[in-house]
Amino acid sequence: MQEIQLKDLYDGFRDAKTIKAYKKIIDEDAKKLDRTINIMEVCGGHTHTIMKYGIPQLLPSNIKFIHGPGCPVCIMPKERIDHAYILSMQKDVILVTLGDMIKVPGSKGSLQEARSKGADVRFVYSPMDCIKIADENPNKKIIFFAIGFETTTPMTAALLNTVIKQNIKNILFHINHVTVPEVMSELIDSRDEHVDSYNHNIDAFLGPSHVSVISGSKIYEKFPKEYNTPVVVAGFEPVDVMQSISMIVKQFIENRCELEIEYKRLVSYDGNIKAQELINNYFEKVSLFKWRGLGNIKDSGLKLKKDYEDYDAEVIYKDILPIEEIEDHKLCICSDILRGMASPTDCTIFGTACKPNKPVGSCMVSSEGACAAYYKYGNLL
Amino acid sequence: MCLSIPSKITKIDRENNICTVDTMGVERSASLDLIDQEINIGDYVLIHIGFAMNKIDEEDALESLSLYEQIIENIEEEERQAQIIRENKSC
Amino acid sequence: MKTVTLAHGNGGAENQELISKVFYKAFKNDILTKSEDAAVIEDGNLAFTTDSFTVSPLFFSGANIGKLSICGTCNDLAMMGAKPKYLTCSVIIEEGFDIKSLEKIVNSMKKELEINEAIVVSGDTKVVPKGSVDKIFINTTGIGQIQQKGISSNSITQDDVIIVSRDIGCHGATIFAAREGMDMSSDLKSDCASLFIQVKALIEAGIKITALRDATRGGVSAVLNEWANQSDVCIEVDEQKIPVSNEVNGICELLGFEAMSLANEGTFVMAINKDEASKAIEVLKQFENSKNASIIANVTQQYSKKVVLNSEWGTKRFLELPTGELLPRIC
Repeated sequence: MQEIQLKDLYDGFRDAKTIKAYKKIIDEDAKKLDRTINIMEVCGGHTHTIMKYGIPQLLPSNIKFIHGPGCPVCIMPKERIDHAYILSMQKDVILVTLGDMIKVPGSKGSLQEARSKGADVRFVYSPMDCIKIADENPNKKIIFFAIGFETTTPMTAALLNTVIKQNIKNILFHINHVTVPEVMSELIDSRDEHVDSYNHNIDAFLGPSHVSVISGSKIYEKFPKEYNTPVVVAGFEPVDVMQSISMIVKQFIENRCELEIEYKRLVSYDGNIKAQELINNYFEKVSLFKWRGLGNIKDSGLKLKKDYEDYDAEVIYKDILPIEEIEDHKLCICSDILRGMASPTDCTIFGTACKPNKPVGSCMVSSEGACAAYYKYGNLL
Repeated sequence: MCLSIPSKITKIDRENNICTVDTMGVERSASLDLIDQEINIGDYVLIHIGFAMNKIDEEDALESLSLYEQIIENIEEEERQAQIIRENKSC
Repeated sequence: MKTVTLAHGNGGAENQELISKVFYKAFKNDILTKSEDAAVIEDGNLAFTTDSFTVSPLFFSGANIGKLSICGTCNDLAMMGAKPKYLTCSVIIEEGFDIKSLEKIVNSMKKELEINEAIVVSGDTKVVPKGSVDKIFINTTGIGQIQQKGISSNSITQDDVIIVSRDIGCHGATIFAAREGMDMSSDLKSDCASLFIQVKALIEAGIKITALRDATRGGVSAVLNEWANQSDVCIEVDEQKIPVSNEVNGICELLGFEAMSLANEGTFVMAINKDEASKAIEVLKQFENSKNASIIANVTQQYSKKVVLNSEWGTKRFLELPTGELLPRIC
């Protein structure tokens, strides 16, 4: 078998000639479409690629993107960010989380602001970094504020696994993991209620790259089967995205509605079984989890099973963690943007009162949010 | 924030189930706790927040890359044909 | 803006905001508001500049805070076409700082002064209690004699093209890797170097330079945005012409950075008339430090005061001034 170099795994999937070639193919095929098709990219990483590489500039006018809510930081409701803030302000607590959480504002402020007020907040590259922090601070409680989709959940599970195996007594967890298929269904189902506000449907999904590496493509089965909406699981390089769009267009002109995998080098139907087992061992679904801008979505969040209550910061600190819902800013239209009903440029405070260094709404907060991506790259659409 | 990226395995510590990976000249270590496939030095894996998530299927990657080469060749051939037709028309 | 944040020191948008709303407001005068690398005084004959150095860690692959403090100020003078002549050196040292390290730093400064043919003529030394500064902060101020007048960021026109002197982002990438404790199996090192030698060669070859700037905090992106703004033009960059080493690409890949926004300490950007561009590249290629000098951009009027990146596959996007707390204490 021919040898592949590491460089090929980057360059080969960013190659300009290949991108231009797929542009030609898509242009030709799109002429045979009888209407405009709207593709929703669910995952924030895809939004980022699409904006950074200028993909909309390469597509014909009858293929459009609707930017999905695939940013686990963006959809974090203010109430739960406040939990992180409150926990971090406890005297004997070190709050540990991933770097994306640093600037997200809750109703009391962001974790960066808590830190400047004296809270011990640490941003880590990996959940496993908690072990060293716990070891160096035996008299403190290390609370890992866990965020992310299916991509990141197994890493939290692996940390808990290690904590139990090594009998570490001072690490706790605040779980905010969410799952993707439920929000995809919600976006299609809720369109019936909002039908007057829409002038377009979601015609196809660009399936997330790395969620799918863990969960397998099997989690998207219901979309072609029950919702008549094709899904192509795409890699996150520009060639992957162009190839996936080409595959979607071909499905439409050939009158097919299927689940396909473009990202074959990493995604299989079944996914990473070991990671899935680890997740199922420690977590179960929360019946309702609130997504900022979208409201409560059934079965879309995870929590620790009752057997692991002793590690659950939400249980242990429940007396100081508020549960009232907090409204978003009146002028913020993130909920419309997350549903694909509006574009960031439709928002009256986009780029003025709401900017990456002073975000008002969730879509501007993380660099994967639609508004942040538009702010950085989008003016030349 | 670190992104999920392809990396090459350069060392494996089977006792502690960790590997050392090279990503374009940067060496890092990553946990193998989420991998149940067979892993050897020289394999390519996807790394995310300190863990190897999955092995990259080299055969599939090569298949994709040769598909792209084929597509480019087809398009270039089409353009050559179109050029010939244009040149014939003009004389 | 109620309190000063780390972002205000980033060399990008917030930094500009702090400078204009607080400092320019108080110190307003025609020379200052030109915002060049160095002030041009005494009828265009002298250049005058100052810089403070707070880099952490103090020692890193390719240089240390001492070499940086001399290169930084001498380069600011060189960027105005001035030959560095006299420097001052002011240090604030934390109690308990190791003398051997201090000697190493000062010896690096001596070596770099010799390369620039400049001397330190005045200085100040303060020692403060433990915790008042982090090990050592250095300030250098410099005066130079202008060899070619009229070099200014306010005079760029559509007749100019933009050249970058070498592959970009090395300093920022090195500092980040050092801070993160990353083990590099590669040759990544800071590009910290004195630039007057190259500027002198360009001037002696009779090349008329429109604008010159070293791409420190905020990287090449900050320079191009400042130029587009100050000269009221559009700078259109050919993305594939930007030279970036594999090592820097690796760090950018890993950490989600853009090489254009990473700091440099021995790399400059130059605007010159397109007719002189190939001659300038030939001159620069004679030096080890600029052997991969490249033309990276044209100047147009497409989008006023903006920098556009044109990709290899026919798409374009704006390159905005960097924002946020990208990398504190990078230089």
